[in-house]
Amino acid sequence: MVYINGTASLSPQNSLDYNKFLEGIIEYEKDFLQSIKPNYKEYMKPIAARRMSKTVKNGIICSQKALQEAKVDIPDAIIVGTGLGIVSDTEKFLENMLNNDEKFLTPTAFIQSTHNTVAAQIALKIKCHNYNFTYVNRGFSFESAVIDAIMHINEGKKNILIGGTDEMSEHYFHIIRKNGRWKKTKVKNTELLNYTTNGAICGEGVNFFVLSSEKKEDSYSEIKAINTFYKPENSEEINSKLQSFLNDADIKINDIDLVINGHTGNAAGDKIYDDFLQENFENKPALYYKHLTGEYQTANSFALWLGANILKTKIIPDFTRLNDKPISKVKNILIYNHYFNINHSFILLSQA
Amino acid sequence: MIYITGIGAISAIGNNVSENLHSLKNKITGIGKIKYLETNYKDEIPVGEVKMSDNELITALSLNKERAFTRTALFGIKAAKEAVDNAGITDINKYKTGIISATTVSGMGSSEKYYQKFLHTDFANDFIKTHEAADHTEKIADYLGIKEFMTTISTACSSSANAMMLGARLINNGILDRVIVGGADALSKFTLNGFNTLMILDREPCKPFDKERKGLNLGEGAAFLVLESEKVVNEEGKKPLAILSGYANANDAYHQTATSPEGYGPFLAMSNALKNAQLSVDNINYINVHGTGTENNDLSEGKALKKIFNNKVPKFSSTKAYTGHTLAVAGSLEAIYSILSIQNKIIFPNLRFENSIEDLNLIPETKLIENIEIEHILSNSFGFGGNGTSLVISKVR
Repeated sequence: MVYINGTASLSPQNSLDYNKFLEGIIEYEKDFLQSIKPNYKEYMKPIAARRMSKTVKNGIICSQKALQEAKVDIPDAIIVGTGLGIVSDTEKFLENMLNNDEKFLTPTAFIQSTHNTVAAQIALKIKCHNYNFTYVNRGFSFESAVIDAIMHINEGKKNILIGGTDEMSEHYFHIIRKNGRWKKTKVKNTELLNYTTNGAICGEGVNFFVLSSEKKEDSYSEIKAINTFYKPENSEEINSKLQSFLNDADIKINDIDLVINGHTGNAAGDKIYDDFLQENFENKPALYYKHLTGEYQTANSFALWLGANILKTKIIPDFTRLNDKPISKVKNILIYNHYFNINHSFILLSQA
Repeated sequence: MIYITGIGAISAIGNNVSENLHSLKNKITGIGKIKYLETNYKDEIPVGEVKMSDNELITALSLNKERAFTRTALFGIKAAKEAVDNAGITDINKYKTGIISATTVSGMGSSEKYYQKFLHTDFANDFIKTHEAADHTEKIADYLGIKEFMTTISTACSSSANAMMLGARLINNGILDRVIVGGADALSKFTLNGFNTLMILDREPCKPFDKERKGLNLGEGAAFLVLESEKVVNEEGKKPLAILSGYANANDAYHQTATSPEGYGPFLAMSNALKNAQLSVDNINYINVHGTGTENNDLSEGKALKKIFNNKVPKFSSTKAYTGHTLAVAGSLEAIYSILSIQNKIIFPNLRFENSIEDLNLIPETKLIENIEIEHILSNSFGFGGNGTSLVISKVR
């Protein structure tokens, strides 16, 4: 049994303070959504804050908060998923190198650009000598961390710190937009579902969790099962993956009370979610959340944060409702996500 | 029990496993002058480049020239295909099969060529899509037809050792029956300049564990192994090449790039790997050390070796004097070399070693040792972020 005993989220919404989050949605009309900047002084010395890039700082803050909440000093493993890694430092070193013809370079940005910097800095901060992994596989990055953590608990470990973290840079956004991945114009996040064009809303965020073998009074929820699958051919293949996922998890489709989907405003991608709901969960209530966060490789970690909080508080923010199907009880939540129809995943969350 | 049933490699000393073995046995180094990488350091910094151009690789693999293949992806496809063929796999999806690759910079070699054009002009091509680490893993998966499970690991120089460890755990946890594990990294100007700013690149071919060592040489390549469960091996009536009998990952938690002076992280990784394999130090016949040739690594690793082996360190050598430091590939490449050692009853020499490090007095093997029975090998990989992994590779009884 795997329980979520601590969480922390930094996103373009007030997620670091869950009570504020419930007060409502922050509206944006932007090219891409950026995480709300925390007050770094509360968490680290100014000199350290200046040296580290945003994704590293935010990863450290969320990891600390999640560990504190779970009352864990040293986790048995630190596992981070990041699709893009430390893009700001990567660009800094790359641009200096290209602009100065390989001259006058300093090592700081190069050192910080290494994909495993977030996990390494967390270990360094809390002096944790245990297992330390970083997954970098687009829309499987965070999901791989969850799978790994569940295996650790099955192998007898107690507390595993996991996180999903991605930052977006102006330059990388601009380059990838050429490829048609992001919308060509500024996006109004509160009207995400009204768009009929292709291209997603782009965003970023950091979400950390402590997964534990022991259930506590204030555990958020249980993670019952997770599965990932790559480039399905069509909706039949997705539906059959769902059937085998539910069979393996030993749960009936009717016992799923709520579905969390990853609508991004990208017409082609959202049709996959709509078909999935219509073909499998026609009468079930469903939520969406990427109007809050934007799309990014590890955005599914926000869905896990949202689902865990719903199971704990029994509060469903109305601005996440995708339909008006009545909600009688919420014991089992299915999270279905796909990243540009390449990386698909299911996560089953249950009341602790 | 995790069986290794197939191996594939491409490095500076050969385009396949048998060419690698030939070079290792005959003391042929792959370190030399830069030929393919475009950089101002062409005449100044020696590296271990793979001796094939991108076009030669595309032709050799009969790939579609219109698709965007990074050099990293080409290495990966080449080595993974060799491993799958070597394992005698004809129907990849007959069993639940996954792929785990490892990389440090994946498509950077292509990104750095196009970055300014992508950013400042209207120019676009398919290399826009190849920057992210997963690109090369997807290219390998698509080539081999793997859909069941995929992930990519990036933990600096221990990356592919970690891919092997994860693969073994996925089989032990009953999630997969078979998994292709390894890593791929092509040299990039980004990597070369990055390591150059750290001032740890030797201007001559490197001398691991030597008193006068001046740093590492960067290398490139790919190395993949097929791991299979007992069930698959029995059902298929296969004769495995070796056993992955132990593994452990530990963190030094000392510094972002340097290893602690006493090598606490390396010590933990080695001792936990032995524990995981249920072996004692006396069971280890040979160590393929990380041995990069940097001042810091070799001293810390040496101290950790002496501590764990109570000053009776078994035969050891670093093969990085042949290949250069292949970064994310080092773990899986050296695991393959360990298998070759067991199979051929040989220990590969540590090239260019002359005098031992004063504080250590550790002397690696400098000659090819033949006709030596090897039961268990410890293979080390340590990297940035304090990340360290040790693997135990054992003979099939």
